[in-house]
Amino acid sequence: MSIHEQFAEDLALHSLGSLEGEERARLEAHLSGCAGCRLELEQLRGDGALLALSATGPRPPQHARQRLLDAVAKEPRVQARVGDTAPRRSWWGALGWAAAAAVIIFAASLWKENAALRQTVASVRDQNAQSARELEDLRQIAAPIIAPEAQVVTVAALKEKPQPGGKAFYLRKRGSLVFLATNMPVLPEKKSYELWLIPTQGAPIPAGVFKPDAQGRASVINPPLPANTEAKAFAITIENEAGSPVPTSPIVMMGAGE
Amino acid sequence: METQQSPSDWEIVTGLKRGDQGAMADLYDRYSGVVYAVALRVLGDTGAAEDVQQEVFMQLWRNPAGFDSARGSMGAWLAVITRNRAIDALRKRKPETDFEDVVLSVSPDLAGDADRARAAEKVRAALGTMPDMQRKMLELAYFEGLSHSEIATKTGDALGTVKTRIRAGLITLRKAFQP
Repeated sequence: MSIHEQFAEDLALHSLGSLEGEERARLEAHLSGCAGCRLELEQLRGDGALLALSATGPRPPQHARQRLLDAVAKEPRVQARVGDTAPRRSWWGALGWAAAAAVIIFAASLWKENAALRQTVASVRDQNAQSARELEDLRQIAAPIIAPEAQVVTVAALKEKPQPGGKAFYLRKRGSLVFLATNMPVLPEKKSYELWLIPTQGAPIPAGVFKPDAQGRASVINPPLPANTEAKAFAITIENEAGSPVPTSPIVMMGAGE
Repeated sequence: METQQSPSDWEIVTGLKRGDQGAMADLYDRYSGVVYAVALRVLGDTGAAEDVQQEVFMQLWRNPAGFDSARGSMGAWLAVITRNRAIDALRKRKPETDFEDVVLSVSPDLAGDADRARAAEKVRAALGTMPDMQRKMLELAYFEGLSHSEIATKTGDALGTVKTRIRAGLITLRKAFQP
């Protein structure tokens, strides 16, 4: 992902909070519409974090730990305050439920499919084994969502309209990915959205083609991906219906990983 | 030294979201060294550094949703939040940065003491390769919170030179962690 060179130095200063006045306002206006420069800003903040690590010194005084825990004990409940946070949190919370719902719906569809098979196949001698396989399938699908080590990447609209969004749950070791999107704009005829895994090195990797439903919702579940590929970001382009092996149009949405 | 029983960062954050006070103790035990060192480096005063440390941890306790893994690794994120809060305290101004606005990307794993020590060693080595003036500008910007125009006034360099050197310094640090 390239950046706009004319902003390269201002991005570095902005990452440190050292940019002021008109230059800062101009850069912030640019950042609102430029995913590449936003990504670079995040990396520059990470570079700054590395600089912070060079700070060394004594451990905090022993009483500081107790002071903190006493203060925590005086404010024992945090869940009631979580609702005070930005509305986007509740949106993502809803998406979490959507993810759970997606898994349940998928489970239900598997169950229905299984029931239909039972009607048409007279003897299902390996029913137990099949159930076990279904359970394993569900585990595989849910793993990127529930595994502690799962990489979670937020993908947001490039332009000012904040409504379209998606969340990628990616488990690098297995090459497993679940992507859920909401409020996706209607596509032109004979076009699809294509999701791309942008590795830390090399060209973007196709990570599934999708079309949103009438409500703008869409999902991509476990597209074929090479295992153990580190994702720098995920991005979405609009491609021909069947998808493309390489991006042929500008990125419309993207999000950077850890 | 961490053992296999140590909770992961993810488990700690999940605990914080549940209101588990033990999770805050775990967070403190893992990251207070980083948080306090950064605050002390900026403020140069142990009492003020402790106050910033308390403030950073309490803000996370009050609003654990302010952090999620999409915002960067916990160690790096806390270091940046602490540095920003400490600069605000140094300049005696109200906190300017919202927790939720700090999103960063950093490659090394900083969850373990040994990981952080290795990373810090690499950073110090990279700083050692920089020309003195470049390192000084970077430190003035990062640990003293000076704007580029304040740095230019202090060093007598042109604004453009300050900008170029600061960016080049940050990129040098990044490259130190690239294979």
